[in-house]
Amino acid sequence: MANMSPVKNPMPTQDPFVRNKNFKEVALGYTPEMAINEAQRCLNCKHKPCVEGCPVKIHIPAFIAEVAKGNFEEAYRIISLSTSLPAVCGRVCPQENQCEGKCVRGIKGESVAIGRLERFVADYHNANTTKKQTRPPTNGHKVAVIGSGPAGLSCASDLAKMGYCVTIFEALHLAGGVLIYGIPEFRLPKDIVRKEIEGLCDLGVEICTNTVVGRTVSIDELMDEEGYEAVFIGSGAGLPKFMNIPGENLKGVYSANEFLTRINLMKAYLPDSDTPIWHPEKVAVVGGGNVAMDAARCAKRLGAEVYVVYRRGMEELPARAEEVEHAIEEGIIFKTLTNPKEILGFYDKENKRNEKNGTVCGIKCVEMELGEPDASGRRRPVEKADSEFTIDVDCVIMALGTTPNPLIKDTTKSLETQKWGGICADENGRTSKEGVFAGGDAVTGAATVILAMGAGKTAAAAIDEYIKSKSNNS
Amino acid sequence: MYRIVRKKILNPTVTLMDIEAPKVAKKAEPGQFIILRVDENGERIPLTVADFDREKGTVTIIFQVVGSTTEKLNHLNEGDCLSDFVGPLGRKTHTDGLKKVAVVGGGVGCAIAYPVAKKLHELGCEVHSVIGFRTKDLVILEEEFKNASDKLMLMTDDGTAGEKGLVTDALKRLIESGEKYDEVITIGPLVMMKFVCALTKEYGIKTVASMNPIMIDGTGMCGGCRLSVGGKTVFACVDGPEFDGHLIDFDEAISRADMYKSFERKKHGDTCNLFQKEAE
Repeated sequence: MANMSPVKNPMPTQDPFVRNKNFKEVALGYTPEMAINEAQRCLNCKHKPCVEGCPVKIHIPAFIAEVAKGNFEEAYRIISLSTSLPAVCGRVCPQENQCEGKCVRGIKGESVAIGRLERFVADYHNANTTKKQTRPPTNGHKVAVIGSGPAGLSCASDLAKMGYCVTIFEALHLAGGVLIYGIPEFRLPKDIVRKEIEGLCDLGVEICTNTVVGRTVSIDELMDEEGYEAVFIGSGAGLPKFMNIPGENLKGVYSANEFLTRINLMKAYLPDSDTPIWHPEKVAVVGGGNVAMDAARCAKRLGAEVYVVYRRGMEELPARAEEVEHAIEEGIIFKTLTNPKEILGFYDKENKRNEKNGTVCGIKCVEMELGEPDASGRRRPVEKADSEFTIDVDCVIMALGTTPNPLIKDTTKSLETQKWGGICADENGRTSKEGVFAGGDAVTGAATVILAMGAGKTAAAAIDEYIKSKSNNS
Repeated sequence: MYRIVRKKILNPTVTLMDIEAPKVAKKAEPGQFIILRVDENGERIPLTVADFDREKGTVTIIFQVVGSTTEKLNHLNEGDCLSDFVGPLGRKTHTDGLKKVAVVGGGVGCAIAYPVAKKLHELGCEVHSVIGFRTKDLVILEEEFKNASDKLMLMTDDGTAGEKGLVTDALKRLIESGEKYDEVITIGPLVMMKFVCALTKEYGIKTVASMNPIMIDGTGMCGGCRLSVGGKTVFACVDGPEFDGHLIDFDEAISRADMYKSFERKKHGDTCNLFQKEAE
């Protein structure tokens, strides 16, 4: 008999007023008892709508059935058939819009906590297994993967399992892409990412860090001179957007990318890091997505009073509900229906050498109200007349989204891109250039970890098909 | 890991190193830069390529000790390794079609101006180099510039070497004496470049300035290196590092350059004390 509790087993978390002062993980994870109890809420229904909702089609009811029986390693084996990063996805997937959004239990009450169970299984496995993945026999075909974020990692993993010799090229000094430089430690501990990447290396994947494709080496060189038969571009969407309002180049204005990279990749919050970061007193984070929440919560942990400035309402915040809840619990102040007009700078007329000259001292905003729905279906925010006001802040973080980096497009012959910079690719990841595939944010623009992983996986299958058909014809 | 194969002290605060980095050496061009990290906790710092040897697979960097990272770097010796060394980044210096150019370098900026002068000289362009330093002890690459220039003017603030005066004084004299330059290329302290650009603007001579702002990744990701050029925001790492000097907002760049001054002071002090402790 299934557990008919209408609500999920709650996730144990660090107390909000303790955690907003440290960078340790917020959610502590289920105990085996909680996991078994939660797994028993799954009805194992015939249609399995949850699987449909999963971009990488994990056999969800099958792994949950094993959890219910306490067979955690078997559950892990089932999850691994579909994903190479379960400990990551269990933490950062927007499950409410995917698997859990389709769960039958969600019609009356809360869905099964699929994400929390996935995380539990992956953590259990990582804590209890020392067995390394065995390297499959190689087929001798070389494939290059550009970027070591979620798209690249999942593509490389699938190809390696098929026997391909895969090399990942990463521009930064550490592999992991957004999992390392973007998502903060308190949401996704870096040890977990490192472990998942080590698993990939056990499969025989080689990772070349400090290699900027388009500068250190070009795609054409990889294919024509270095013998790679196919290339997967998973270079993400890394270019930050700014608002082009006055004052954006003042000292104390960060892109969320820079702020998060200093903290996550460079560990600027630790005393032994050589990388500097401001420790502001009051911060305005502009934007309402997951990245804005991450930046706000990091700023809070550096000791600041933090405002999230967003032009639409609370209902319209694009961030995951859980992230917004956590941010509110931690004391982040939401200034919704508010739009910045100008960032104000400090200038001491008496003392031109005052070090504070040219730094942020406030952000001038207007109040907004929601008008008619726009093309995206969301109600368009419009300015309220005479509603200008200023928030005193000494730091502003712009979290307005990102676009793909033009470096690869500019240095690769006959690779077509969209006007806004995304690489043109069909549903299997094929680009306009033979043997070159692409997926993830580099194609779609900024999206989620799991969608990028799904695209990497699809492209891996297409690359396998491409190389096989080419070898058969020759 | 990237091995230091040669270290040469050029003056009390400026050091040259050849770093083993074959992939970077294969592609590097004058005007481009690299990013390095000294060790595991190291900061990523950009340095412009001073020279390269494609056959030996080495890239030359020349740096001035200004903060904790360059201090740490300066304490490494031949045979030691850098944790990371990535590049070449940015766009190369545009040299096509130039027939006569004035290269104006200041201080450690001369290290970056030199490969540009050399490249232009090799291409058959007439090169006039104006290099400036505070004082005689700080002069670097004088011989190298002599070999790469049709005319060389060495300036020092105190007149202890070459002529007494600023690089702008020398450049102004050259222009007034009737030299017609297709372009002026300037690399050095921001304040110097600001005044070089102000001078050439008066005479309507196209001027390119090489910028080296604070950055992290060097590939366009952080936006920390943004500058205002012609009223538009650009990223020095991918759009530059060289820009039309008459359009750069130098005052903003000067302000942004000291964003971490107080942090740097503290860190520099800590590092110095650390080395002192080691010495004891």
